[in-house]
Amino acid sequence: MSPEAQISQPPSRWQLLTDVAFRRLCVVFSWLSVLLVAFIVLRIAFAAAPAAAQYGFGFLTGTTWDANKGQYAILPEIWGTLYSSLLALFFGTAFGVAAAVFLSEGYLASFAFAVLKIFHVEFHRIWGKIPQQAENLLRNLIELLAAIPSVVYGLWGLFVVIPLIRPACNWLHLKMGWVPIFGTDLSGPGMLPAAIVLSIMVLPTITAISRDALTAVPPKLRMAAYGLGATRWETILAVILPTAARGIFGGVVLAFGRALGETMALAMLVGNANQISVSLFSPANTLAALLANNFPEARPKDVTVLMYAALVLLGITLVVNMIGAVILQRASGDLEGGKA
Amino acid sequence: MKTAKCIGIALAAMVALSLISCGGTGGGASEVKLQGAGASFPAPLYSKWFKSYGETHPNVEIDYQSVGSGSGVKSFIDKTVDFGASDAAMTPEEISRVDPALGVQLLPMTAGSIVITFNVADVKELKLSRKAYAGIFLGTVKKWNDPLIKKENPGVKFPDSPINVVVRADSSGTTFVFTQHLSAISPDFAKGPGASKMPNWPVGTRSKGNEGVTASVKTTPNSIGYIEYGYAKSQNMPMAVLENKSGAYVAASMASGQAALASAQLPDNMIVWVADPEPKDAYPIVTYTWLLVYKKYDKSKLPVLQDLLKYGLTDGQKDAEPLGYIPMPAPVVDKVKAAIDTLAAS
Repeated sequence: MSPEAQISQPPSRWQLLTDVAFRRLCVVFSWLSVLLVAFIVLRIAFAAAPAAAQYGFGFLTGTTWDANKGQYAILPEIWGTLYSSLLALFFGTAFGVAAAVFLSEGYLASFAFAVLKIFHVEFHRIWGKIPQQAENLLRNLIELLAAIPSVVYGLWGLFVVIPLIRPACNWLHLKMGWVPIFGTDLSGPGMLPAAIVLSIMVLPTITAISRDALTAVPPKLRMAAYGLGATRWETILAVILPTAARGIFGGVVLAFGRALGETMALAMLVGNANQISVSLFSPANTLAALLANNFPEARPKDVTVLMYAALVLLGITLVVNMIGAVILQRASGDLEGGKA
Repeated sequence: MKTAKCIGIALAAMVALSLISCGGTGGGASEVKLQGAGASFPAPLYSKWFKSYGETHPNVEIDYQSVGSGSGVKSFIDKTVDFGASDAAMTPEEISRVDPALGVQLLPMTAGSIVITFNVADVKELKLSRKAYAGIFLGTVKKWNDPLIKKENPGVKFPDSPINVVVRADSSGTTFVFTQHLSAISPDFAKGPGASKMPNWPVGTRSKGNEGVTASVKTTPNSIGYIEYGYAKSQNMPMAVLENKSGAYVAASMASGQAALASAQLPDNMIVWVADPEPKDAYPIVTYTWLLVYKKYDKSKLPVLQDLLKYGLTDGQKDAEPLGYIPMPAPVVDKVKAAIDTLAAS
């Protein structure tokens, strides 16, 4: 036998078998995950059916949740869920995309490089690694935010954020109370602390995905922009960000999904009051918090109502993701500067 | 090839492990395992009982999950536990859903008070009349310098600021007992929110659990909220002195709690609410908490359960006070013991 024959030989029966088995296994598992989602939705829908039949559409438009009188409606919770998530997304996107630009543009690395240059050690075999290391450290720190448990965020919000922002909020209410969003004073838990903490929770999602999108922008585009005489600022705003818009937007939609469903931190911070108020400082409620607060002691009849609320939350998440997908498709065509 | 082998070995190992673990639980036939679930309010005391009982009886394994009164009652009706526990006893409707072949017996095992805690700068002691605290939780008494509050606290300087009311967000037995008391003393409250595990509060922000309310009150100036006595004591929270039915002002303590319990006669079904105790030295917001047991158990479990329950009623009551619960009056203990003896083997 020549050596070539030993290197390239036909697959053995065992290899063929495992190959097929592995492929089948993958198919089964991917379908299982689809089935699992369908199963969850169906079970919730079945459990919610009695309440849906009884309360119908009024469940979505009424404002009273009073188990004693048998009145259930969740408009304040729907409002609170969307309001808190949108606020969180507003703060989170601003900070997250800025952080992603900072990371992908290598600001930190060039700063560290400049500092090293003062000491003439910029190409030293140990010191020279600092710029890259500093950037990695910062990126990992931001991603580490995602690893903090929700309840820790909640406690931090309760004991740090609320006392920290209370004086400023009450000053705003005192001086500018005629502006609807400052219409009440912040006593303790409320919409703004909840939104602030929520925005920190969605920050890693937005930053990580935006950074990936920004670093994927072809270097040619950047060179071309510089070549046309654009400043760095103009290049980032007019070329890099629009090109990466699709990826950034995908991250934002993902973060929105997370914000809608976030439970524990919000249950601790939002105040859980069933009221609709545009004021940033008044307590509100969200669907996820309502579910978390009511399930442990729910009677069988309450469970069907809660399942109905859960179904609504699922529906909202689905609609948001669909709208996100549509906007993504529409917008990306116009915004993307050009494909490499 | 190599990975396939690894997977194969891993699979084989998993199968072998699961076989071993199956064999493990199959042994030890003389062991008795009791499974309970329910109220979180008495959970620290129950856990202590079950732990010390388990230490002296190594063949008994007791597992109690503090999942809340509602889940406790549900698991009990569904027969997924050997006993349940509830702060809100059981409603007649719930009792009717228990398997009639098994029957149900409610047993008061311990009792506790609910206190009103507050956070007002420079106010160490606070006396609240019945009208004042009912009004605060109804939202009719809105400011700390309200005449209703000032009248009972001469010499105390109250701020001219709104009262930040903090209530429980999650449905709970504590809230049920508290709103039941408010409904008993205030017709407006009975008509409005009413007694409920999670009423439609007209005022306030809502926090989750005793710990949530405590945290909110601690961090929010000019706030007021209600929590369990044991929890307030362990967290060193200030407790308001409340006016009781006979017009006396009473602070929460073990003695004032026992005085309140002693005022109520325990009926045969063992469900009694001390919604508004009469005696001069009685603290007004007090409640029993119940264990739910079936009337029939199989031969192996019955003696163990009876012994365990009696342990809780005798030696166990000594653990009550350090943990902030109220030891039950002797006549009640005797009555519960008699009820335990009526449980039968099926």
